[in-house]
Amino acid sequence: MAAAEKPPVTGTGSAALDSALTWVDQRFPLMSTWKAHLAEYYAPKNFNFWYFFGGLAMLVLGIQIVTGIFLTMNYKPDANLAFASVEYIMREVPGGWFIRYMHSTGASAFFICVYLHMFRALLYGSHRKPRELIWIFGVLIYLLLMGEAFFGYLLPWGQMSYWGAQVIINLFSAIPFIGPDLSLWIRGDYVIADATLNRFFALHVIALPLVLLGLVMAHLLALHEVGSNNPDGIEISKHKDARGVPLDGIPFHPYYTVKDILGVVVFLIVFAIIVFFAPEMGGYFLEANNFIPADPLKTPPHIAPVWYFTPYYSILRGVPPLFHSQFPGVVAMGVSVMILFALPWLDRSPVKSIRYRGPYFKTALAAFVVVFLILGYLGTEPITVWGQFGAWMGNADRATVVARICTVIYFLFFILMPWYTSIDKNKPEPERVTH
Amino acid sequence: MSDVKQVNKGRRNLVIATCAAGGAAGVAAAVPFAASWLPSERAKAGGAPVVADISTLKPGEMMTVEWRSKPVWIIRRTKEMLEGLTRVDAKVSDPKSDVPMQPEYAKNEYRSIKPEVLVLVGICTHLGCSPQEKPAADKGEMGADWAGGFLCPCHGSKFDLAGRVYKGAPAPVNLEVPKYTYLSDTRILIGDDTKGA
Amino acid sequence: MKKLIANLLLPAAAVIASPAALFVSAVFVSPAILFVSPAAMASEAGVRLDAAPIDPTDVVSLQSGARTFANYCLNCHSASLMRWNRLMELGLNESQIKDNLIFDGSKVGDLMNVSMTRKDARKWFGVPPPDLSVIARARGADWLYSYLRGFYRDPARPTGWNNTVFENVGMPNPMWQLQGERVRVEHAVKGGEAKEGHGGAAGSVKYEMVRPGSLTPVQYDETVRDLVNFLVYMGEPAATSRKQIGILVLLFLLAVLPLVYLLKREFWKDVH
Repeated sequence: MAAAEKPPVTGTGSAALDSALTWVDQRFPLMSTWKAHLAEYYAPKNFNFWYFFGGLAMLVLGIQIVTGIFLTMNYKPDANLAFASVEYIMREVPGGWFIRYMHSTGASAFFICVYLHMFRALLYGSHRKPRELIWIFGVLIYLLLMGEAFFGYLLPWGQMSYWGAQVIINLFSAIPFIGPDLSLWIRGDYVIADATLNRFFALHVIALPLVLLGLVMAHLLALHEVGSNNPDGIEISKHKDARGVPLDGIPFHPYYTVKDILGVVVFLIVFAIIVFFAPEMGGYFLEANNFIPADPLKTPPHIAPVWYFTPYYSILRGVPPLFHSQFPGVVAMGVSVMILFALPWLDRSPVKSIRYRGPYFKTALAAFVVVFLILGYLGTEPITVWGQFGAWMGNADRATVVARICTVIYFLFFILMPWYTSIDKNKPEPERVTH
Repeated sequence: MSDVKQVNKGRRNLVIATCAAGGAAGVAAAVPFAASWLPSERAKAGGAPVVADISTLKPGEMMTVEWRSKPVWIIRRTKEMLEGLTRVDAKVSDPKSDVPMQPEYAKNEYRSIKPEVLVLVGICTHLGCSPQEKPAADKGEMGADWAGGFLCPCHGSKFDLAGRVYKGAPAPVNLEVPKYTYLSDTRILIGDDTKGA
Repeated sequence: MKKLIANLLLPAAAVIASPAALFVSAVFVSPAILFVSPAAMASEAGVRLDAAPIDPTDVVSLQSGARTFANYCLNCHSASLMRWNRLMELGLNESQIKDNLIFDGSKVGDLMNVSMTRKDARKWFGVPPPDLSVIARARGADWLYSYLRGFYRDPARPTGWNNTVFENVGMPNPMWQLQGERVRVEHAVKGGEAKEGHGGAAGSVKYEMVRPGSLTPVQYDETVRDLVNFLVYMGEPAATSRKQIGILVLLFLLAVLPLVYLLKREFWKDVH
């Protein structure tokens, strides 16, 4: 019997536990999984602050799943009942407000963690060869997360839910020929209606989360296949000891588990401050207009998506229509996200980490971050927020002009990347990791 | 694997303390989730005491009111009905109502505050079906000595006109008498006995 | 601790102009301080709002607000997400609620509904009066406080009433008997622009009392303050206990923080 050939599990300090684990291990790859992914997964010893956010995103995913399951127990996906059922959770279900605020805060926290996690990849070249597939799975997770957030945002059935979904679904109408029929098909009615709410509910609570979990698994398996990158952007597998253990590697468990616990506690402090003291986060996590039930006859005076969508929303709004069609804006918005997939191949630099990059890349990355933030800010505001230029600019809205310039820089960051990364004056990489 | 390491006491204490704190946090975090399964404010409002007006209830008649989504029967028993109760004492399994299926003030021959007015939760103590009224006239179906009462359609438990269960029925105990009190001669508050006259 | 700080600062030092730190601070901090709540600051009429001096811990004020709400608002507006017996949180008992606040025979376990149907309401008012359960979360306390104190007589309106904060409002002043009838004699101080009332403060609008109400202006402001206090409470009844629990949770997490820091340091002693 092959199973019996496995060595018994020892060392837990309890004979009963040892034999129980042995029993399981002979029937299930318990110890080999434990070793491969935790106890003998060797991670570079020089991870810094930026390496917290992947794990924190997983934590938030867990929070969203648990709170989400409990929310479905009282939420009613029905156009006549949805709004009141959310308030029923907030005031009549014991502990309901806590569960709901965890979920609404978790949505924003998820994007904060994911944005910081992606920025970390840009900083240290974690998307570069041989980790392209990890990056692709990651971008797919990001896309799915956007879908998840969009579907979820309709569920409270407030004014912002309703009109936000109305605007986004109408984007599809801009697609030539099939557009109007496509958006009708997505809605299942001539406006956002009960049918839309019901299908969005199904997608939000089961369809997308299932795929999301699968992708997270693939993301981690791909990571553990090639090993983690580090702030120096060099491969620790190049220098191993006699047992084949990387000299600059340390077992993930216990070293990074205890470090991540520290990160989790700091994160929970920030998270608790928001959940308990500022769940609306000044209108950015929960919008004031969403406390007015959806009214198909009246659009609120100012419609903006939730903050995590606003950079792309600014791009959409900034691109001028062509031949009386919104399509160019829609295409620009789509491309601005999709271009992330190409990132591992656009970057031609021989070094990965920002520490050894030359001035061109550093400047480009700094400019990218700045325009991303400006686009994000402008997306939360009406286009008139900064007033208008004088007649010399045809009285154009200042915010629109700035958004257009930022959009151009956003795309140049990617389009010019093969050029500026290949001529950059990089510094030499070290042989071994540094602290 | 089982290398006999020097036990690092400081480290072990920190691990234990962290596990304890983590466990406490886990339990505390589970509380609101578990609590969310308790009856909500809406459910509690639905379970509030109800008032029944018996001014139009004639002798021998029965009315049903809803309390906590359960049928509560109110029967104004006639003299004959009350006399019938003593006759079936030998046939019911708990004639003295020793099993506490009623408030103290209804632990008597008639299982009620006022002998003629019976208040009863109409749910069989076997598996929760609602029994049907079977008047004394139904001797054809219930047998020649039937003095009136109830028959549960699910498993055939029989009860008399005080809700006492007949011997040999699957139901183990008598029907429940809820807490109730008279707000006036004609108004009964069901579900609460701390108020009223 | 030095290492933790070093870890935080390393990327910042590595990147010129430190977009990293910029990114973190922007993502974490900016929504809170760079911009204020987008909906709450100005009214549609462009008038700057008066700050509502409310205090959610003032039970007397909340009780008085509940009384005003039941007397003056609940005839036309519902608060159908709010249950009467929840007011026991404000120190009222069941019979006080039943005797002093409920006028339509509702039970204390019932929701604050209104007997007027939406169809009738549409017929009488054009638009059905909105449900007020979460109105404070939609509008903000300052808006409500300025709005309820901004009514004035305007013969051009079908109702005979207009409002500085909500121009051409459909609702006549529900508390005119308390406030009295006023006419507007001067618009808000203009912010250098021709647009009516733009940039002026609601408080700087001048009115003239035509027929005084039963309350003095100071008393009326207090009544509105209490009412708004109650509306804010009703918008999120759990808000007070939320903050109390939050303090306990934070104290626990802050107590655990040094523990997990020591744990991390203890294990990382091995790593050189």
